[in-house]
Amino acid sequence: MAHFSKANSISEWLDQRLAIKTLWKVLAAEYWVPKNINFLWAMGVVLMTMFTILLVSGIFLLMYYKPDVNLAFDSVNYTIMQEVHFGWLWRHMHGVAASVVFLVIYIHMFTGIYYGSYKQGREMIWISGMLLFVTFSAEAFSGYMLPWGQMSYWAAQVITNLFGGIPVIGPDLVIWIRGNFYVADSTLTRFFMLHVLLLPLIIMAIIGLHFYSLRIPHVNNQEGEDIDFDYEAEKYKNGQKRESKVIPFWPVFISKDLFVVGVFMIFYFYLVGFHYEFAMDPINFEPANPMKTPPHIYPEWYFLWSYEVLRGFFFDVGPFSAMDIGLAAFGIANVIFFLLPWLDRSPVVAPAHKRGAFKYWFWILLIDMIILTVYGKLPPTGINAWIGFFASITFLILLLVVLPIITKKEAKSVGGAA
Amino acid sequence: MRELKILAVVVFFTLLTYIGVEPFAHSQMHEHIEPVDYKYSDLKPLNKKGDPKKGAETFMNAGCVGCHGVKSQGMAAPMDPVSASASFGVMPPDLSNAGAIYDEKFLANLIKNPAHALMVEHKFNDKRPFPMTAFMGLGGDLDQEVADIVAYLKSIAPKKLDDKQVFIDACGRCHNVKYDKWTVIGEKPKLETDKQKAEFNLKLATYEENLKKYLGTTPPDLSIIIRAKSEEHLMNFMGEPQRVLHGTAMPRVGVTKENAEKIISYFEKVGDRKKDERESVTLKIILYFVIFTIFAYLWKASKWRDLH
Ligand code: HEC
Ligand code: HEC
Ligand code: HEM
Repeated sequence: MAHFSKANSISEWLDQRLAIKTLWKVLAAEYWVPKNINFLWAMGVVLMTMFTILLVSGIFLLMYYKPDVNLAFDSVNYTIMQEVHFGWLWRHMHGVAASVVFLVIYIHMFTGIYYGSYKQGREMIWISGMLLFVTFSAEAFSGYMLPWGQMSYWAAQVITNLFGGIPVIGPDLVIWIRGNFYVADSTLTRFFMLHVLLLPLIIMAIIGLHFYSLRIPHVNNQEGEDIDFDYEAEKYKNGQKRESKVIPFWPVFISKDLFVVGVFMIFYFYLVGFHYEFAMDPINFEPANPMKTPPHIYPEWYFLWSYEVLRGFFFDVGPFSAMDIGLAAFGIANVIFFLLPWLDRSPVVAPAHKRGAFKYWFWILLIDMIILTVYGKLPPTGINAWIGFFASITFLILLLVVLPIITKKEAKSVGGAA
Repeated sequence: MRELKILAVVVFFTLLTYIGVEPFAHSQMHEHIEPVDYKYSDLKPLNKKGDPKKGAETFMNAGCVGCHGVKSQGMAAPMDPVSASASFGVMPPDLSNAGAIYDEKFLANLIKNPAHALMVEHKFNDKRPFPMTAFMGLGGDLDQEVADIVAYLKSIAPKKLDDKQVFIDACGRCHNVKYDKWTVIGEKPKLETDKQKAEFNLKLATYEENLKKYLGTTPPDLSIIIRAKSEEHLMNFMGEPQRVLHGTAMPRVGVTKENAEKIISYFEKVGDRKKDERESVTLKIILYFVIFTIFAYLWKASKWRDLH
């Protein structure tokens, strides 16, 4: 047995048993981050903050929410919003955070793409990030169903129906997912389980993986510079703070992040109290009514771009029906970003503005996704359908064709130079 | 400064997306509707000056009280809501406040031709007559008699009405507001025993079934309509339902603009009762984070000072 001497303080007592000093060093005080970064590198901590808000507000909501098609709507809109003290606050915080978290995720992703932080050793960071994107999407979708409003019901109806397009097993799969032949109480209770138990557990595990995957490659920096972290860390520890290219996570990196988090919280709470319609769609304040189809059915804003890729292919081509093509494209759109580290054929890690053609590719991709997002909400008629079609095609070509070609060229040109 | 430039780019694309999916998309999804002015200019104006005293007599002879109650004048409704719904499909509203609630011109036209004033002619005809019979006159000058009835109704109406009362009289026979205990058969009483509950529910269900048969659809509960629809939409819909939702079963109710606003304020009170608390609490939280951010900035500045 190890030898324990008398401890003089609580922290010493704990340190003897849990090595908390070493732990703190490894996790924070001597976890090194490049100095040359901007506020976009604070998005990860903003995301962590948002996730914590979602978790805590969700726990409060859970104390009054009733997962039953006859009770759900009133338990949310009456009990929580009107009876429980500050119930409205938790609900608004939860609803707005669920929407805003996607804005931050998209900023976080596009930052990664812009600075090339998904390759040359950072593939696992990227993949675990994409896993978070997918599980967050499932979490958002299942949560949106819980108030059992008009859009809860109809979005569930439309989205679960999509699985019917999968060859052979489709129709059975739809019934299996719904737990019934149509969207019903069984559908609500199982999505409730997913939303409050299984998915949060999975997300927490993946967040752990995401953080762990950062350890060896470290985060990237504004110039894509390859830093020798051990060497730079020594400099920092020897007091050459000015010369060193790195800073410790605690307290230097986090002090800046907290400032960014503070600014973000001001914006977030403004939305919570005064500008929440974009996140809590008014139509969902009408109770679910299977007999009354809303004139426009659309998903939440963060799903619109992939929804538009689904709708974009609106005509049959030869033996393939519009529905099947759309579904295939939708399937591709949802997994394509996982493959980004391999679709990019170039070893260059640098910000997009230093990567020639890639720079244009980046901005065109961003604008194309915004067009898809906007047209994903508009009724798909007349000119809108064509714009959606071209934007969808453009999206697929950008990722599947253009990116490999331009990065291959880039790889050749740097290969020649080296 | 580089950070500010990056921030400007992020804000720009965020706003672009926001404008695209909210204001722009909504302007494309909902056709533009000319705001309803509550002037009822499609109806013929009454050119006669009514006499409330004569009107009292005309009113009694016109048979209105065969269907309607006038509680303030000691005249109870001839039928309870459930039996009324069996006969008419809906409970004829009490007329004690009618003179204050409805537009004068509308009221006159309603008495002469209810289905026309209510804009429900597309649903009723000779084979299926509108349940409220048109007033054919008592032999004198029809317009004068109508003007007298209107003058009488105005004379007995109270000067001041609270928001909820306007809602009950104008909309309460068709719409529930369950978060405020209002049901189409009246204020929900305290129900002690299971039997009382069952009896009440049976009455309500019977009324609702008759109402659905009458209207062809069940009117929605309006408890949180204020969160589901914009004020503008509600004002237009109340003022002229057909203009907003073509072919709808909801009649043009004919309230004055002032009363329409009272109804909206009632909806705000029941559907968004935490609004004041929401605004004041959020402001305090924002203030907290402003202070937090200032301290965070000072801390950051102190940590980064000797780095560059
Ligand atoms: C045969 C029964 C009957 C008679 C007689 C009758 N009403 Fe009505 N009245 C109704 C019914 C039923 C309604 C409700 C109709 C509906 O909501 O579709 C109604 C509705 C009304 C309304 C509310 C209309 C609105 O804008 O919402 C007023 C005001 C009114 N009646 C006044 C009168 C007056 C004044 C008379 C006498 C001249 C009269 N009624 C005679 C049955 C009657
Ligand atoms: C005679 C019965 C009747 C009366 C009286 C009535 N309504 Fe309605 N209302 C309906 C019906 C029926 C619908 C459903 C319309 C549809 O779906 O076509 C409706 C729908 C509505 C809606 C939903 C509209 C939408 O956009 O979906 C609102 C809001 C509304 N009514 C408000 C009112 C207000 C306010 C009043 C009183 C000033 C009122 N109603 C009086 C029958 C009535
Ligand atoms: C919602 C859950 C997420 C959380 C809590 C989270 C958290 C973090 C944190 C704390 C960092 C380190 C600091 C930073 O650069 O911001 C980080 C880095 C990173 N994340 Fe995430 N992230 C999430 C989702 C994602 C997603 C969806 C992606 C993209 C698919 C992603 C990709 C990355 C990448 C590439 C890096 C490295 C950045 C660099 O090296 O410069 N993350 N994440």
